[in-house]
Amino acid sequence: MKIRRAQQFVKYSDQPVMLKLKRGQLAALSIAAVVIIVGVPLWWRTTETYRAWLPVSQIKELAKLQLHLSADVEVVFARGTVTPEQQKKVPLTQTQNMEHRVDEDTALSYRYETRYRTATIMEEDALNQPTAAEADLSLHTLSESPSGSLVVYVIPESSSLLPQNVDVYIGQRRTALLRIGSQMRVGKTLEQLLAHMEPRIKQVLHVMSFSHTDITAALSNRVRISPGNKESIADSMRAFKSSPGYEITFSLLNPDPKSHRLHWDIEGAVETYIQPLLTKLSPVANFSIDSQTLYYAMLGVNPRFDSSRSTYTLNADSLAHVINPVEARLGSNAASSNPVLNFLLYIPDAHHSPLYIHDHKKQQVPTNAFHSPRWGGIMIIRQCWVYNVNEFYEVDTVFPVDINIDMAKVMGVFLAQLRLLLGVQSSTPPPGFLVAPCGNAGLADWELDRLMWSRSVENIATATTTITSLAQLLDQIGNIVINDNIAQQVSSAVTSLQLAVSELEAGNLGFALQYSKEAILSSERAFFDPSLLHLLYFPDDQKFAIYIPLFLPMCVPILLSLLKIVSEARQKHREKKPKKD
Amino acid sequence: CVGINLRYRFHVSLLCKLVSCFGDRAGQFFSSGHTNNWAVLVCTSRFWFNYRHVANTLSVYRSVKRLGIPDSHIVLMLADDMACNHRNPKPATVFSHKNMELNVYGDDVEVDYRGYEVTVENFLRILTGRLPPSTPRSKRLLSDDRSNILIYLTGHGGNGFLKFQDSEEISNVELADAFEQMWQKRRYNELLFIIDTCQGASMYERFYSPNLMALASSQVGEDSLSHQPDLAIGVHLMDRYTFYLLEFLEDIHPASKTNMNDLFKVCPKSQCVSTPGHRTDLFLRDPGSVLITDFFGSVRKVELTMETINLTDPIDAESGELQKEMHTYADQLPVSEIIHQKPKQKDWHPPDGFILGLWTLILLVFFQTYGVKHLKHIF
Repeated sequence: MKIRRAQQFVKYSDQPVMLKLKRGQLAALSIAAVVIIVGVPLWWRTTETYRAWLPVSQIKELAKLQLHLSADVEVVFARGTVTPEQQKKVPLTQTQNMEHRVDEDTALSYRYETRYRTATIMEEDALNQPTAAEADLSLHTLSESPSGSLVVYVIPESSSLLPQNVDVYIGQRRTALLRIGSQMRVGKTLEQLLAHMEPRIKQVLHVMSFSHTDITAALSNRVRISPGNKESIADSMRAFKSSPGYEITFSLLNPDPKSHRLHWDIEGAVETYIQPLLTKLSPVANFSIDSQTLYYAMLGVNPRFDSSRSTYTLNADSLAHVINPVEARLGSNAASSNPVLNFLLYIPDAHHSPLYIHDHKKQQVPTNAFHSPRWGGIMIIRQCWVYNVNEFYEVDTVFPVDINIDMAKVMGVFLAQLRLLLGVQSSTPPPGFLVAPCGNAGLADWELDRLMWSRSVENIATATTTITSLAQLLDQIGNIVINDNIAQQVSSAVTSLQLAVSELEAGNLGFALQYSKEAILSSERAFFDPSLLHLLYFPDDQKFAIYIPLFLPMCVPILLSLLKIVSEARQKHREKKPKKD
Repeated sequence: CVGINLRYRFHVSLLCKLVSCFGDRAGQFFSSGHTNNWAVLVCTSRFWFNYRHVANTLSVYRSVKRLGIPDSHIVLMLADDMACNHRNPKPATVFSHKNMELNVYGDDVEVDYRGYEVTVENFLRILTGRLPPSTPRSKRLLSDDRSNILIYLTGHGGNGFLKFQDSEEISNVELADAFEQMWQKRRYNELLFIIDTCQGASMYERFYSPNLMALASSQVGEDSLSHQPDLAIGVHLMDRYTFYLLEFLEDIHPASKTNMNDLFKVCPKSQCVSTPGHRTDLFLRDPGSVLITDFFGSVRKVELTMETINLTDPIDAESGELQKEMHTYADQLPVSEIIHQKPKQKDWHPPDGFILGLWTLILLVFFQTYGVKHLKHIF
């Protein structure tokens, strides 16, 4: 048994030398082969970060933003504005294109499609109303213009609808009344008439629809515009940036509960006055409203007593210091990160009543209110807006006095401030324009259109900047893991952006705004995803320090044996050569 | 000498203001371009002997609150709790001056990130906005493109890094990248970065985004030194740079017109032993025109409301019939269920992997030593 066993296993040291060498070389070569063919790819695959596919080419296309905005204008000539010869050539359609290059990556083009026609009999009847407001109302009952379009009615010079010095009346919906100029009285050709009308219609368009200044202001996230005049800077600083939702908080400040017991019907007032505006603005953003009452909340500033009017006054200079002490006491909804608009109503305490705000010229401000850009507004109650309170308290008044607040007046001021802060308010119209007061909804249709234009452009600009900078960031830093959900959000953002741009070009304002909002939501979600944190900064020397102790002990024997094999093969080759000769 | 200059400048500016109030007002409204202020104040070191870092941060917090920035706009991160530390002989206080003159831990300090929540990851998440959706509002930096942000860091640092919590560090490259991401999303209008650590100037070397101004307490290769120990408390109370910074800020009030050039002169080498540095090349405005209150305070811009809307509809009288809903508190925990719970049956688990592995090893060694033929005795 033992001998057989011994014969089976030949000791390694007895085997012939050549066989040993060959086996050694084979072993080294196979180990090297395993390391290179299996090991290196395995190490590469297991240490690479998972990066889902992103539509990089489409994102690069979006980086060069080309926005086409188009508006439909209908110009209706009333009786007495066109001669019969001119009337034959009307109806006709004209298209105007204007290109603007904002910077190397952004280009805008505006297209106005103007349709000229004459008025129908019903429209003539409507224009025969005594005042412009009534004409506007009856014109609206005839037809409703879709979002983003305008109708301009050209009325003869002698018409009594508009006052003497007013040439254009802008209604509450999407109509304007334009008084034809006197030089068109004598018979001219249709081309001359249209040439005369064109700049005036363009002026109306700038007020009622998008204008170049508005659109470039909306692009401020994308393009660093040099500041224009002071008014435009103030406008851009005042209005809140586009956001999917806003929170509005109404606060009643009562510094003196011992003297005043306040009653304000905030629920009813919000329902009646504020909610119609917010419902009309619902395509633009979501709003949530809450209200609170704060007791013993003082203004941080001491008012001065004005003996000439025997009232207390607050100077306009000291208003800036009012907000900070109060803001510390205002709460906010902890659940959302939406921007908050605060509207405060302050009832002065009995010792400092009545309290009025004076402007720089020492005149009383009629609204007794002020607002802070991107924050909200503060209003001090006026005596005349409060029931049940005399100017001065009698000696035998029983404290606390019940005070009922006239919410209509208060909400009128808050509504005006809300319009300013949301960016609805347009700048002062050019001379000769008369703008109808906005209705009970607090918002005219054309103002809503303007807001929708600028919000769509702003959303598209912001979303493209976000997506391109995200793509750039992910490209630059190779260590960040790109999960599937992020890739999905980016793809959906890109799709929504492309749809938004095409809808804007087609002139469908509602769809364009909706797609742009979706684009913003997806792009923000992708950019601010918590998993995209590049935390580990690996300088190159640290990478070497990690890998060398792992790989060097393994690679050195392999390399040395390979070198030995190569040198032996070369030696053999050299030995063989003389033999061949 | 410096103090007299400040006062003189204040009087001159007051005179100018009286002479031309309208022009100045419009100019002031538009000169800075910001509508709100934020502050991120971070103390990165723990342990009782780093008391001075917490005191540094709380002093800046105090100044910033005094000058008007509300708590909702301040993100305060303290890596350790000194006020309630076991070794604090005066609990619930953090003093910044010897002889316990100034308690900077008042009764309305709101710490947003405390203890082990102060990490490099959380700090970068705050700056870039990549926080999980469940983060409350007070822990977020909700700035927009018209916000001026003040960022103050203090702790132990070195050439190109700042140590967090004794176990990790943030490098200047990461910080610069974070600021660049903030700029890409327009999360700030202007940013002032102050750092009080050893070799602090290395932390702002790598910045490359616009509208950044940076101050540091010492240059590369220098150490920032602490100010003075308090014998009763037993540790150093403040660092020199922040001590003189606090002294400088105590003279500022919300309406003051002191500008950044005065801030650069705070703590010269004779007082600080190290050389404070600053960097303004990325800042667009001239530092002489930047007010201290642009960053440390919160001076609101105000416009008078000139319009009102005529509302005529009467309010619906429906609200009178609203039924009062009875509200009750909901139980946080299902108390009755917890009290009457029966103890859970523990499921049987197979033996742990470690035990299995150990037994396998013992068996292998046994059979290796004594040969495979012994297997037949077992099976």
